[in-house]
Amino acid sequence: MAKVAYVKNYPGFLTLTLVCLTVLYAPLIIVTIYSFNSSPSIIIWEGLSLRWYKDVFFGIESAKFKAAAWNSLSIAVMASVTSTTIATAAAIGMVRGKAFRGRNASFVLISMPIMVPEIVTAVATLIFFSAIGFVLGYTSILVAHIVFCVPFAYLPIAARLRGIEPVYEDAASDLYASRFQLFRYVLFPMLLPGILAGLLLAFIVSLDDFIITNFVKGAGVETLPTAIFGAVKQGIKPNIMALSTILLFVSICFVTLSYLLGRTGSQAKHK
Amino acid sequence: MNRFRRSHGPGVGAFDPLKYWLILPAWLVIGFFLLAPVCLMFVFSFLTKEFRGGVIWEFSLAAYDQFLFDRGLFGDEPPRIQWTYITVFVRSITQAAMATLLCLLIGFPTAFYIATRPPQLRAAWLFLVTVPYWVNLLIRTVSMKFLLRDTGPLNEFLLAFGVIGEPLSIINTSLAVQLGLFYSYLPFMVLPIYATVERYDFTLSEAATDLYADKWTVLRRIMLPVVGPGIVAGSILVFVPSLGAFLAPNLLGGAKNFMIGSLIDEQFNGNAGNWPFGSATSMILLSLVLMALFVYARQVARQERN
Repeated sequence: MAKVAYVKNYPGFLTLTLVCLTVLYAPLIIVTIYSFNSSPSIIIWEGLSLRWYKDVFFGIESAKFKAAAWNSLSIAVMASVTSTTIATAAAIGMVRGKAFRGRNASFVLISMPIMVPEIVTAVATLIFFSAIGFVLGYTSILVAHIVFCVPFAYLPIAARLRGIEPVYEDAASDLYASRFQLFRYVLFPMLLPGILAGLLLAFIVSLDDFIITNFVKGAGVETLPTAIFGAVKQGIKPNIMALSTILLFVSICFVTLSYLLGRTGSQAKHK
Repeated sequence: MNRFRRSHGPGVGAFDPLKYWLILPAWLVIGFFLLAPVCLMFVFSFLTKEFRGGVIWEFSLAAYDQFLFDRGLFGDEPPRIQWTYITVFVRSITQAAMATLLCLLIGFPTAFYIATRPPQLRAAWLFLVTVPYWVNLLIRTVSMKFLLRDTGPLNEFLLAFGVIGEPLSIINTSLAVQLGLFYSYLPFMVLPIYATVERYDFTLSEAATDLYADKWTVLRRIMLPVVGPGIVAGSILVFVPSLGAFLAPNLLGGAKNFMIGSLIDEQFNGNAGNWPFGSATSMILLSLVLMALFVYARQVARQERN
């Protein structure tokens, strides 16, 4: 009789997995290494230095990068908090409410920002803003980000809510808890991991966005991705690699943090 | 006795009367700032263009006409089929399909390998595969460009070890675009396949080998029908965003390999400045994507019926 191990192992699958990881990580590792290159050329390696990191923070372009970083961060914080609030309310209404006509249509509407290609969303938003006379700039970027962050926040929250049995809310309402108390003391604590996951996802998606931002930003307002895109159009410069490496490690720290948080959460659940 | 009357089973008592109010903000925000804009874009695709951006509110089929027909420089020649834009669409579909295939070729073995590891190691493997996805897409694409350049580290490495005699020109080819798209969307392929392989009952494969089927036959005849939906889901999830991708073709493909995304971008941010044509192109792209999603939704529905 054949062993399970025999049908679980195919020759070459491990090799392809390693190829996969190499393709995924090689570009990031190479850029990280070259960001420490002291040469002003990206072709020649001259030795280790922090020169280009200094350049990012104190060089000629540092004011531009700082302004862009501030725009990116403040927009990501506001957009993720707002969209997570909207998504939490919607998830409670959709999952805990009785079935109603138009529930499927509501779900389609909420997931619309994920289904419509980004470039199409960008075009439609630009046309709409110009038609209603909305001045392009910081506010228009913020509004656009709130809209496309909603489904990213909604999905983990709704998934978590479906996993929480309604018996707790029933017990609380048997004990005459008000709706606010139900939410605040029963549902919210159990929903919190989902809400945090949604918030984090929305935050990263907002920080990551280039296409939509590039359409609705107007003149003079830049976020980090649009500033980097503008800079690499003339060719990759070493200070851009240093800036990219900083952002790369910020993202990786965020994801690692959420992974560890999620793991402690699920371990606590099993106890 | 429950404080909130419970006539429809547990859990729908307390929040049910408020449900419309709770969903309302989401309806308003997405309805007003996305659904309405897409409808407006549909209208714009039938308007007359204003030079250097914007529209004149006058009905016109010029945008769709321009997409399909060539009427000469002054528009007075008999219409001939205009291949320029159709070529861009065909190229985009081909590139997206190639990227999907590449993701499948690498993603399936990876997902399979991860799903067959001991349960406590699977999360760590998945984490390893998904981490790069969370790095800014622009930064990943720029990194890819840096790596693949003619004088870049990949070529230097291969030259130094004598694998190649002269630098490979990968950048500004369709292969570079496919690699970029692969890099952008690989986790979308790995995750759904992983989910189906993880649920697959390997005793089925074992039974088949006991009946003298060889391993690859087992993979094809026994496993594939079961994990098929995961492969279809992964393929759709990679194909759809690849079709409208902008960064990978723009940064890695050069002038000869531009795709629908760049064509649309050119109408709004570039020199073309033709808003109705950009809207019409976006509508055509949107219809293609909706068709792909519709086919997928129907397949899922059929799966659930069986």
